[in-house]
Amino acid sequence: MNIKITKYYYGDIPEETTSSPSSKPNTVDLGWPLWEVFIRSKQGLDHKHAGSLHAADAAMAIENARDVYTRRQEGISIWVIESKHIHASNPDDATMFYEPSADKIYRHPTFYDLPDEIKHM
Amino acid sequence: MINQKTINATLHLADTTLILAQKNSEWCAHGPILEQDIAITNITLDLIGQSRMFYQYAAELINEVENKNETEDTLAYFRSEREFKNFLIAELPNGDWAQTILRQFFFSCFHQLLFEKLQHIEDKQISAIAVKSLKEINYHVKWSSEWVIRLGDGTLESHSRMVKAIEILWPYTGEFFNAEENDLIEVKKIKSNWIQKIEAVFFEANLLIPGNVFMQTGGKQGIHTEHLGYILTEMQSLQRAYPGLEW
Repeated sequence: MNIKITKYYYGDIPEETTSSPSSKPNTVDLGWPLWEVFIRSKQGLDHKHAGSLHAADAAMAIENARDVYTRRQEGISIWVIESKHIHASNPDDATMFYEPSADKIYRHPTFYDLPDEIKHM
Repeated sequence: MINQKTINATLHLADTTLILAQKNSEWCAHGPILEQDIAITNITLDLIGQSRMFYQYAAELINEVENKNETEDTLAYFRSEREFKNFLIAELPNGDWAQTILRQFFFSCFHQLLFEKLQHIEDKQISAIAVKSLKEINYHVKWSSEWVIRLGDGTLESHSRMVKAIEILWPYTGEFFNAEENDLIEVKKIKSNWIQKIEAVFFEANLLIPGNVFMQTGGKQGIHTEHLGYILTEMQSLQRAYPGLEW
């Protein structure tokens, strides 16, 4: 038997998949796409990735995110983006991508004195 | 001035949201999709929270007038069918997702209009609860409206399910506007606003309001459908078996 396994890196899902609906990555039976959720916890801070969820459209994704990710007062603002629009680096490239920076400590601004009053640096 | 009228009105508000919450909670772990399972149970928790505030207030009033020892728990768990004053629509079976959504939509639209009035009444406690609850109710209206549109204007299957849900639930909406001596506001006055809200969403959802149909009544007076007895039996079973049990 010839089984073709297609591996997708996180979020990097092609627009059309040729396989049957049940083997579509990141979709449930309803056929709702996957969305990535970003939550801003308070004014002045960045939106941070909180997780992902299923929804039929952007409006529903925001409401689902409100119900799933802010029910314990985690946020004051929500961004959602369909997962297929996110492109991820290839884990196979990790060695050449990230390891060369390991021995270059001179790139860290650790030689400056920061005043105590400055937060979130 | 404390009187029986305020006590009855407070119990009616508490009972309606408690019974609706009890029904909605049956969806817990059975929702059509994880995210909507959480959405409906969040709404359910909002409704229980509102019930608790009204039961606590009702208990306070009853204890003052009748020198009793009622608590929110005794009011919820040790009153019988004829003592419950919830709207009939709250105790109806959930049916499918369309029916549950439509019930929430009909009720939340009414709830919103009612509480907008209640926040200005003289009773400080009730008006404060109304102000606090409205934030939640506004979301319930938004959430349920969008679902009514999504299903009504969706596929043939989802549309026909909404039509069936309207047939089942519409006869239970007349009760919202049935004036009664215990009412805190003139409910008849919010009827046209409610119809407008329903019409606006139905228009987008490609759905129609039924013509003149017979409207069911009785909930506020404690005359219920056959469903309430089963709901109370299940909901109260633990406290009836082990009175005062805490966890």
